[in-house]
Amino acid sequence: MTTDLTWIDTALKSARPQAVAALLRYFRGDLDRAEEAFQEACLRALQNWPEKGPPRDPAAWLIFVGRNSGVDAARRSLKHVALPEDDSLTDGEDVQDDMAERLDGAQYRDDILRLLFICCHPDLPNTQQIALALRIVSGLTVAEIASAFLVSESAMEQRITRAKRRIGEADIAFATPGAADRAERLGVVAAMLYLLFNEGYSASGGDALIRQPLCLEAIRLARLLLRLFPSEPEIMGLAALMLLQHARAAARLDTAGQIVLLDDQDRSRWDADLIQEGLALLDKAIRHQRPGPMQVQAAIAALHARAAKPEDTDWTQIVQLYETLEKMQPSPVIALNRAVAVSKADSPEAALDMIAPLAPALANYFYFFGVKGALLQQLGRNDEARIAFDRAIALARTPAEAAHIRQHLDKLSKTA
Amino acid sequence: MLYAILCYNDEAAVDAWPKAKDDAVIAKRRSVTDRLAEKGQLGPVLRLMNTTAATTVRYGAEPIVIDGPFAETKEQLLGLYVIDVASLDEAVEVARQMAGKNGDGGSGAFEIRPLRAFIPDNVKRETMIS
Repeated sequence: MTTDLTWIDTALKSARPQAVAALLRYFRGDLDRAEEAFQEACLRALQNWPEKGPPRDPAAWLIFVGRNSGVDAARRSLKHVALPEDDSLTDGEDVQDDMAERLDGAQYRDDILRLLFICCHPDLPNTQQIALALRIVSGLTVAEIASAFLVSESAMEQRITRAKRRIGEADIAFATPGAADRAERLGVVAAMLYLLFNEGYSASGGDALIRQPLCLEAIRLARLLLRLFPSEPEIMGLAALMLLQHARAAARLDTAGQIVLLDDQDRSRWDADLIQEGLALLDKAIRHQRPGPMQVQAAIAALHARAAKPEDTDWTQIVQLYETLEKMQPSPVIALNRAVAVSKADSPEAALDMIAPLAPALANYFYFFGVKGALLQQLGRNDEARIAFDRAIALARTPAEAAHIRQHLDKLSKTA
Repeated sequence: MLYAILCYNDEAAVDAWPKAKDDAVIAKRRSVTDRLAEKGQLGPVLRLMNTTAATTVRYGAEPIVIDGPFAETKEQLLGLYVIDVASLDEAVEVARQMAGKNGDGGSGAFEIRPLRAFIPDNVKRETMIS
């Protein structure tokens, strides 16, 4: 028997969403109890697996053992009955044969979706939804989550406790969801996973490396959803979008950790494996002819991925895709992105005309003034550009954003 | 005699490998396959993409296209084709033709899996991306 036990950690981590989700159903939505039962089962696994080897279905093993230990714990708290000794546990094989019959794939699937869905409670702010999913579904420690969100451990502990209390008060439906409910849950969960991805992806400066695991976790969960719901084009689109964007990770930051814009990235450093997988998934999604916002965004990312040089980018098609996206999800931010594409496909003048009506809605949006400044600069209207850039710096949320705009201003001073 | 060696592993675990680990595993494997290659005993080496990228085409007069990998256990893997086409649509069409009236009349299926790597690299990676 090998002494390297990292395989146990890997197995426990990959079984976690399924096991906690099923335990949550057994304990009728009692999240703390489900988590405790899972912990208990993991301890048993650490005692049993090194000697007996990995069970055939680790998740089923953990659910069975966790449920019994949870029942034990409940009984103990009522009657003060001691936990049974470890050797009274039946060995792995019996446990699995028993479980294999009782658990079928369809139930797992709705369990995991439910677990992800309760993290998306509409009363919870986005950051809390994500933190909760990382804690409960992914099993990250509070310290790990706190570090990814750049807050203290005690602040994160409080946030998660509060979020858990909130969903504990919510009435979660444990019946198998109907098709419409399931589709709605999937949409909400997909949006949350993309937020999780963006928490990692939009990081820059010294934080970028610390936050990258958020991207990897989002991709892992998207792949999990895809395995559970293999025929949902929007989930294929979500996974494709993440893979295509994450493929650029190595080229997106310079040695100082500052963001390198798409046009300036060294495309040879894009990850070809991730791009291929993203393109394959998008290809698969498009065959369904049921377009949705994730697929459209993935299609835009795919056009960037396919361009070997920035000037090869098919901006005309990107403009069309942004139009489609805007029809699906009207938003001034998407309109702004479309304007950027128009500036490339058509002209900066046309783009400037397009963004003028967006000004009231985006009056406090850093990126709006960054774009406006850049368009004015391209048209040689340097004084107006300077005003826009100054406004952008005032609205910057991170030093990296401000530094980026300052580069534009420096260029302006040189040409003035 | 020609032999195929088929690789099985838990893809969720393999997906979670950091790139360094993935590279290290491939390098270790190459210490074996390079020796075969020197002696002219190595055929094509393929790496398949994740099963989430898979599509399955079931035999039938009107073959059925299903998202996801081939999941039945009563049939066994008996062979494979590598084709170079522009899209999944074209690949599905090829499988459909083979599974339909040109099929064997039985109840099998073709699983279509995009390739991540093909060695020797006569299918260029650039053509895989464009």
